[in-house]
Amino acid sequence: MQWLWENRDLVFGLSLEHVRLSVIPIIGGFIACIPLGWLANRFRMTRAIQLTIFGILFTIPSLALFVTLPSVLGTKILNPINVVVALTIYAIAIMVRGAADAFASVPRDVIESANAVGFSSASRFWTVEFPLAGPVLLANLRVVSVTTVSLLSVGALVGNGALGYLFINGYQRDFPTEIMIGIVFTLVIAVVFDQILVLIGRILMPWARRPRRSPRALMVRGAA
Amino acid sequence: MLFLEALAFIVDPANLLGEKGILPRLVDHLLYTGLSLGVALLIGIPVGLIIGHTGKGKNLVIALTGSFRALPTFGLLLFIILFTGLGLWPLVFVLAVLAIPPIIAGAYSGLDSVNRETIDSARAIGMTEWQILGKVEIPLALPLILGGIRSATLQIIATATIAGYVGLTGLGRFLIEGLAYHDYTIAFAGAILVAALALAADGLLALVQKLVVPPGVSRGSARTTHRSRWNFRPAVSTGTHITGG
Amino acid sequence: MIEFHGVSKRFADGTLAVDDFSLLIPSRKTTVLVGSSGCGKTTLLRMINRMVDPTSGYVDIDGDGIAAMPPVSLRRSIGYVMQNSGLLPHRKVIDNVATVPLLTGVPKKEAHARALELLDTVGLDRSLADRYPSQLSGGQQQRVGVARGLAVNPNILLMDEPFGAVDPIVRADLQHELIRLQRDLDKTVVFVTHDIDEAFLLGDQVVILQVGAHIEQQGAPSDILANPANEFVADFVGSARGKRRLMVDETADSRGDDLVLIDGAGYPAGVVDAPGGVLPGAGSSPKSRSISNKTDQAGDA
Repeated sequence: MQWLWENRDLVFGLSLEHVRLSVIPIIGGFIACIPLGWLANRFRMTRAIQLTIFGILFTIPSLALFVTLPSVLGTKILNPINVVVALTIYAIAIMVRGAADAFASVPRDVIESANAVGFSSASRFWTVEFPLAGPVLLANLRVVSVTTVSLLSVGALVGNGALGYLFINGYQRDFPTEIMIGIVFTLVIAVVFDQILVLIGRILMPWARRPRRSPRALMVRGAA
Repeated sequence: MLFLEALAFIVDPANLLGEKGILPRLVDHLLYTGLSLGVALLIGIPVGLIIGHTGKGKNLVIALTGSFRALPTFGLLLFIILFTGLGLWPLVFVLAVLAIPPIIAGAYSGLDSVNRETIDSARAIGMTEWQILGKVEIPLALPLILGGIRSATLQIIATATIAGYVGLTGLGRFLIEGLAYHDYTIAFAGAILVAALALAADGLLALVQKLVVPPGVSRGSARTTHRSRWNFRPAVSTGTHITGG
Repeated sequence: MIEFHGVSKRFADGTLAVDDFSLLIPSRKTTVLVGSSGCGKTTLLRMINRMVDPTSGYVDIDGDGIAAMPPVSLRRSIGYVMQNSGLLPHRKVIDNVATVPLLTGVPKKEAHARALELLDTVGLDRSLADRYPSQLSGGQQQRVGVARGLAVNPNILLMDEPFGAVDPIVRADLQHELIRLQRDLDKTVVFVTHDIDEAFLLGDQVVILQVGAHIEQQGAPSDILANPANEFVADFVGSARGKRRLMVDETADSRGDDLVLIDGAGYPAGVVDAPGGVLPGAGSSPKSRSISNKTDQAGDA
């Protein structure tokens, strides 16, 4: 506790950095998944291709991705862009599959009836399919959020781990308290992000207080 | 170019054997992975099957998998090693702890995905609880059970990369050494090797997962109304395992 | 013979599904428990093979209390057919039919031979034996379910809304198949349904239940139809109004010896033999002749 007080500026700064570096992949992943998920749901071929590409990218361990991205992007190894891009790739990988499922979860008859009353393809997407896919999209976004916040700390090995710095520093100084503080603050950020997403979901999708998918199903998707 | 240099490093026979060679480090990586997975399976599978069969404790599964996903594995490993000291078993312990939640979740969700009516009717015609588990639930749940194992394996392989940071070897050692000495060729080579191992393991397990889908489940014709219940959603297969490490 | 003695069942969530229920189910007859959903009929059925144990009271089979019998061996000795067949999706039809014999150690060859015979019995082609359940139609799946129920040649066959999920034409098929089977096999059949028409068609004895498995009336279909015990039963079997009250359609042009019958709503329901245009037993030929057994409600078209 005393250490935390003495180093409050450091911890606060790292926390801000953590928030900053993880917000970009979360939002980026969400935005990217909308056209991708729609495409995947519309054309079976693109779905298979997307899932394969992102499946492969997602299988690559994060540290390996952090290290290889600089030579792909032409950046310096210590540039935070590398970590942000890597985490965005993971975010999209999680979201793409989830988004395809989300759009597939929109009941067929709802789409048929929207067609029947004369929606154009584009307006149907934004006014019918997108909102109805919302709950499943949100569930996947929550997985993305928690995962991104947690994974970011590995970036410390390439100089951009935000709170992960405390892990390395604490390890090198043989000082467990510092590591524990890093873990606790990471968890706090993860929980705060998650609660914000839940709140946004409640405001934007009042009809979905009880998600279409049971929490069990979400858990499985996230874990397995 | 770095990529070609890294490839050159990998294919150079001089780097294959020897104390710091690729092969011994690959073997170590596989050793860490195998041991951790073994421990995780011994604990995770029975627990997951019990929870799935009885339906009791599923809140535990949700809480467990949810909170473990948020836990920064890298920090946890370093934290534990400060108390236990360097060594194989602390690593195996941490990796196993990380792998248990997805294994439990896979086993639980696999059993949970089995149609209640099928189980009910198996019981009604006089199967014992063990027969229901062994002849009905496990065969039908196998794809999802393996999905959980697959996630766990990938998570272990990814996280075991950090072993190189805590005095052990494994393929992650190339990454750590490369970063430490600013020798990015070696770091890149390590990244390629770890990624290749992860992809190979994932591909292999995906294949196994396909093979164990019970025949009647995959071959269904589209005629019956209840068919959809037996379409295992592939969502979990390549799903969202966390690339820890 | 199956006897319920003052049986009650309160589930863990507090609902009293069955409240002090007593009934004698005669051997080699079909007894149908009928009532709307939630009346406890399925709970009653599941008490017979100990899928549910009563909270109080007891159930006997041929005078022996089943509470003392091990559930697994009891269940293996009783056939059970349920809605949506409950077949094992990962096993071929033949292995599904032979499930219980194989469990009890009958050699595979023998069990399979018997399973093939059972496919004949329930009117399925033997070529379906190597299919998986998902490759069959709903009606075929139900037939396999019946075959599986008969596999150990049980004295008792429990059927829990077995035809509830198939379309009306297939259902009628299956119902008549069951009547034929029962004529040949002479089992003690306990059948649960919410469909009163099905109950009257299949049951030697029909038991009409209300919430809590309270018996509103029991007896042969004709008794219940002729003398409903109370308003509820009359309403439930539809004898007071609608389609069970039939009368001759005077406006129909009936040539020959048939008269057209219409139901309470005026829809044609069938024809009745009437040599010379006169109903047998009818003294004269009044304007509207009620065919219902209930004389006090004659003519309420």
